[in-house]
Amino acid sequence: MITVTDLGKSFTLHNQSSAVIPVLEGANFSVAAGECVALTGESGAGKSTVMRILYGNYLAQAGRVVVNGLDITTATPREILTLRREVLGYVSQFLCVVPRVPTLEVVAEPLLSLGVAEDAARARAVDLLTRLRIPERLWQLSPTTFSGGEQQRVNIARGFAHRYPVLLLDEPTASLDAQNRETVLTLIEEAKAGGAAIVGIFHDLEARDRVADRAIDVSVFTPRKIA
Amino acid sequence: MTPLLQVRNIEKRYGARIGCADVSFDLYPGEVLGIVGESGSGKSTLLNCLAGHLAPDQGEVIFDTRADGPRDVRQMPEAERRMLSRTDWAFVHQNPRDGLRMRVSAGGNVGERLMAVGARHYGDIRQTAGDWLTKVEIDTARMDDRPSAFSGGMQQRLQIARNLVTGPRLVFMDEPTGGLDVSVQARLLDLLRGLVRRMGLSAIIVTHDLAVVRLLADRLMVMKSGHVVETGLTDQVLDDPQHAYTQLLVSSVLQV
Amino acid sequence: MSYNFAYLDEQTKRMIRRAILKGVAIPGYQVPFASREMPMPYGWGTGGVQVSAACLTPDDVFKVIDQGADDTTNAVSIRRFFEKTAGVAVTEKTAEATVIQTRHRIPETPLCADQILVYQVPIPEPLRFLEPRETETRKMHGLEEYGLMHVKLYEDIARHGEIATAYAYPVKVEDRYVMDPSPIPKFDNPKLESPALQLFGAGREQRIYALPPFTKVASLDFEDYPFDPSKAAHPCALCGAEDSYLDEVIVDDAGGRMFVCSDTDYCASRRDTGEAA
Repeated sequence: MITVTDLGKSFTLHNQSSAVIPVLEGANFSVAAGECVALTGESGAGKSTVMRILYGNYLAQAGRVVVNGLDITTATPREILTLRREVLGYVSQFLCVVPRVPTLEVVAEPLLSLGVAEDAARARAVDLLTRLRIPERLWQLSPTTFSGGEQQRVNIARGFAHRYPVLLLDEPTASLDAQNRETVLTLIEEAKAGGAAIVGIFHDLEARDRVADRAIDVSVFTPRKIA
Repeated sequence: MTPLLQVRNIEKRYGARIGCADVSFDLYPGEVLGIVGESGSGKSTLLNCLAGHLAPDQGEVIFDTRADGPRDVRQMPEAERRMLSRTDWAFVHQNPRDGLRMRVSAGGNVGERLMAVGARHYGDIRQTAGDWLTKVEIDTARMDDRPSAFSGGMQQRLQIARNLVTGPRLVFMDEPTGGLDVSVQARLLDLLRGLVRRMGLSAIIVTHDLAVVRLLADRLMVMKSGHVVETGLTDQVLDDPQHAYTQLLVSSVLQV
Repeated sequence: MSYNFAYLDEQTKRMIRRAILKGVAIPGYQVPFASREMPMPYGWGTGGVQVSAACLTPDDVFKVIDQGADDTTNAVSIRRFFEKTAGVAVTEKTAEATVIQTRHRIPETPLCADQILVYQVPIPEPLRFLEPRETETRKMHGLEEYGLMHVKLYEDIARHGEIATAYAYPVKVEDRYVMDPSPIPKFDNPKLESPALQLFGAGREQRIYALPPFTKVASLDFEDYPFDPSKAAHPCALCGAEDSYLDEVIVDDAGGRMFVCSDTDYCASRRDTGEAA
């Protein structure tokens, strides 16, 4: 589902005497359907950068990143948006939503934008919110007012609402209590069993060992010049 | 799929000074394009050229009309262009006073577009106007009040209702949340996003507020000195800006 | 001291006639013309006087009414003006007149084919109060963008429960131009469809427009609020007419009032022929 070939990434800081900071070089890996791969490496090694490039959030300077047949390094914004809507899900660490939108709608939205009927989308949202133990009295409130842990769970519910064939998870179990952590891991296992290709960053080693089939050490891709 | 709007090499000069130049893009049905840049970057000039309020010196603005497919709006007779701008197009001004008739009641403001396309049943017009006031969260009890008695946020919502009542396919917005305080902005953004999704609207939003485009726009165009310096997916342009000016723009936003 | 026939010089009359002909050719369209200074102030019928001057021939019989009356200051002075400058015969009888200049009324006696009715118009632009820019209103006429007229009627209903516009009620001419019929009561609107030629002159605004005989004239309305040419629900206190437009007259200091025909000739002739009850 994901094939990365000779991926290179650097940041050019035009406003700081055009400093060029290379971050990745010659990255090669692939992820198959039904497989969960954990990105590892020290802090600053480029795990998040890889995730963001896979999502089309960062531009790659070199190489190819093919997700579900689409090379996102050359794809048009429209193609990437379609890919994100239908194929590529991303659970980030931060919730970014329009203020004032009720939680239930935030979670159902990925389904609604796919054209799923309102009832079915809501039912799925209710199911996920219930499993993630968001109290029902909060469903009609905007998650922007929630605690960090609650926001994180809403974010996860939203990320799992549609059964994406490709899922990117950025520390999905961070700041969760044991029960909710268990639920999230179960969700990941279900997605895997459903054939999803999953790439994750897990600082929670136990969680990584439980759901990941293998690990990719990102520090291998760190350009040698600065390594 | 045919793009709803194809813009080719639009250029507008004010004497020797460039308003905007060399602007080309496609806008597809259901897509929201944000245009950002500082004051004087040419974004409003561009928007007004696209919406037919200004005549560009060069270029084509090709709209996929319901009846005849893609046509260059600039070549259309004025009657047709004006008809387009009150049926399939809508324009939301930054200052609601520019987009509303301040001496006509809220209901009359919303009903005007209906009457302009031939609605002649008072009861039906009133019903539709009432429905739209509800959609933009204005109490129908205020229907016969003039917009001058409304708050800024209500005026802006009224302007949106007035524009969307004929079910346009393309909405131009010039700083739609400018001049509103933050909580009112949030409410308006939520409303706009809901309407855009439910009605499958395409929109072009000009703003200098990066938070607004992050929430509303699928794609972003960054303008500086009349030229487009960067385009791309909204989150990509904001999170991994490539051009020096975009980097400056993004890094200049105060973090809350 | 002698005047050129009907005061204006021949070149000016020709210029006005050209404007009139153009107006007749495009019913309801406002034709600009080079309005002259007249020996009376704007607002006293300078537009109507110039149109009358351009229409009158020595054989014409001229009648002037102001709010339906032949004997008010404005009517009397304009009638005398043409008596003096054109030497034409004058009359107060609608049926005998060939050219009738009017302010704010259409005579009750039906007009016929060989008559010309000349209206004095204060503001010819029906869109003026909705859209103050002349450049824009011209464009709106040109492109037939008349939605705004209905906004005005909508506002009437929203505010008053009915279309409260009682005079200068806008009409659509031959399904094309929206026209201000001058400040006649809406009661007179149905009479705009007439065998007579109707000409409208606005002196200060420098516009002439026309309704040729038998032109289709529809008063604007809504399907569920149809046009209603209503009037005060009284008979005339003098002649007993129930079909004529009435003026309300205060008759004493105690608030006593009576309703009488606004058309003085119509009322007088009914009383003369003994039709009064």
